[in-house]
Amino acid sequence: MSAREAILARLREATADVTTPVGARGEVPTISAAPASAAGTLDLFVDNVADYRATVVRCAPDRVGAEVAAALARGRAHAVLVPDGLEATWVEPSQAAGMWLRRDAGEDGSPLSPGALDEIDAVVTAARVGIATTGTIVLDHTEDQGRRALTLVPDQHVCVIRADQVVHDVPEAVALLDPARPLTWISGPSATSDIELDRVEGVHGPRVLDVVVVG
Amino acid sequence: MPSFQRAAKGALADTQQRRNLAHATATIRAKRAAVVGEVADWEALRVAGADAKDEALHHLPDYLEQLEANLTARGATVHWARDAAEANQVVIDVARAQGADEVVKVKSMATQEIELNEALEEAGIAAWETDLAELIVQLGQDRPSHILVPAIHRNRAEIREIFRREMGRAGRAAPEDLTDEPARLAEAARLHLREKFLRAKVAVSGANFAVADTGTLVVVESEGNGRMCLTLPQTLVSIVGVEKVLPTFADLGTMMQLLPRSSTGERMNPYTSTWTGVTPGDGPQEVHVVLLDNGRSRVLADEVGREALRCIRCSACLNVCPVYERAGGHAYGSVYPGPIGAVLNPLLRGVSSDVDKSLPYASSLCGACFEACPVRIDIPSLLVHLRTQVVDEASGRSAEAAGMRAASWVFGDHRRLEAAQRAASLGGRLLGGRTIRSVPGLGAWTQARDVPTPPTETFRQWWARSHRNDGHTGEDA
Repeated sequence: MSAREAILARLREATADVTTPVGARGEVPTISAAPASAAGTLDLFVDNVADYRATVVRCAPDRVGAEVAAALARGRAHAVLVPDGLEATWVEPSQAAGMWLRRDAGEDGSPLSPGALDEIDAVVTAARVGIATTGTIVLDHTEDQGRRALTLVPDQHVCVIRADQVVHDVPEAVALLDPARPLTWISGPSATSDIELDRVEGVHGPRVLDVVVVG
Repeated sequence: MPSFQRAAKGALADTQQRRNLAHATATIRAKRAAVVGEVADWEALRVAGADAKDEALHHLPDYLEQLEANLTARGATVHWARDAAEANQVVIDVARAQGADEVVKVKSMATQEIELNEALEEAGIAAWETDLAELIVQLGQDRPSHILVPAIHRNRAEIREIFRREMGRAGRAAPEDLTDEPARLAEAARLHLREKFLRAKVAVSGANFAVADTGTLVVVESEGNGRMCLTLPQTLVSIVGVEKVLPTFADLGTMMQLLPRSSTGERMNPYTSTWTGVTPGDGPQEVHVVLLDNGRSRVLADEVGREALRCIRCSACLNVCPVYERAGGHAYGSVYPGPIGAVLNPLLRGVSSDVDKSLPYASSLCGACFEACPVRIDIPSLLVHLRTQVVDEASGRSAEAAGMRAASWVFGDHRRLEAAQRAASLGGRLLGGRTIRSVPGLGAWTQARDVPTPPTETFRQWWARSHRNDGHTGEDA
């Protein structure tokens, strides 16, 4: 008997006493905090993102490029990675300021190796969903965010999110996400509390997280 | 492995460890209480969490088959492992097929349980732990003592010492001027591990959840070491205990509220990664999933004990446990310490060994663990259930059974009781204020406890003396 058949047989025997049919519990209950207002949700998102020591700025749509450039300048970034599908106007002021914009492609056109990514200072991306109660941004790694490694290896991540992408609580975000996509939920910069439970920002992921909220 | 009570005796004498543990558990308790307090209906979330896990556990074969089908459809290879040896062999075979002599690892309780690192080492493959605490434990040739913060028993000075002494032997050495500042220690770990991440061909992970209706695996972490392992190498093997299954993707809406608040006391952990099989052009292009039994079917067969399989390894029960806080994690003789370990280990392995026999007694049944558990595992009731099994195993010849028989004989007749009480108070007068460290015949019971000194007079004697002249006999009071 294969391991598969043996384990399934054991588990069937172990649950022989169960009489309810599969799925009898019905719909998964949605237990989430109720938003007071859309403005309240956005304020809470900004507060909670900042509480995890990310830098948050809010701006009008025509100011995104300027705020991205300012964040990159604060991080002293020079080589900046730009996913192929990113809105071009978001990084134009950075280029004008002399930063070196890089695509995820080496000289032969293939995606950058981990070693090449390690040479890059910062990455600018969009986001899929924001969660107010937890201060979380979720990436689904479509064209305006790039593959997962892009937001992982460089030391600074500048993430632009539209106000209408921010939902109030976790279950609403889960309902909007596509499980078939790889997803990265980000709440503040990389951190550890492994040494005497002292929180230290920046272990392996980006040590600096800047969130630009548009609208 | 010695019994819990014997192992705890040594740990209780380690004042440094007790100080580290008291500080750590108190800090994390306060953080957890604050963020749980922010949630309007925490109890409803707990019920939903328990229901989601019960739905999966009660129909585990169905959900596992669904999970397997969805994983396979998305390009993953699914393996099944009855025990540790079978699971370890899968990892060894995958690493060898890639020509890899090293793997990078995300912190995973399942891989600790099956002693994967040791098996890989025997096969000539180095396993690099990449979680900061696991790195501290691995470099220090130590054992983890907490589910979430495995190096909780080490303070910053000890960690600096371990890094300075050991990092150079495993790769990039610690900086010469390393201090014991947590930020400097974390920086040293970043530099030490980055070269390993960038060159690794194979990574090994566990999974916090495996979603049946989509084939999605979930890893919850803080440092980004998990993302490194899950993203950079071309090959990924994930060892997933069969109890990690969640019925639907929507259940993550519940679980992702419960887990971070219960474990690190944060509204959300810094990073959560989910992936569904292979994504062309993004991350590992060869994805293996090992579904592990290793005693879980045995737990599931225990109709009372099976609720222990709801456990999402948050470690909230450890942080509120007065026994864990004093004894530390090592005394539990397993990778699963604390209250959940005291039930899970005997359920997984049976109650034949000394340590597994003793674990159901490693508790004062105060109930704090049940209150803290995000999936409502009634640990105190499970402990009592397991105590019954331990006693049954000894088929009535146990000291407790004999003691109970003796007690019922004494309590059965008031003259015998009075005689026994007089004898005890005589003992009390002879001893004065001294503590009794052990009693002949009660060896096992007194190993980890002091017996209270008997009072110098019995309650009945005190009543008779102090109420001599007030006209009451006490019979009608």
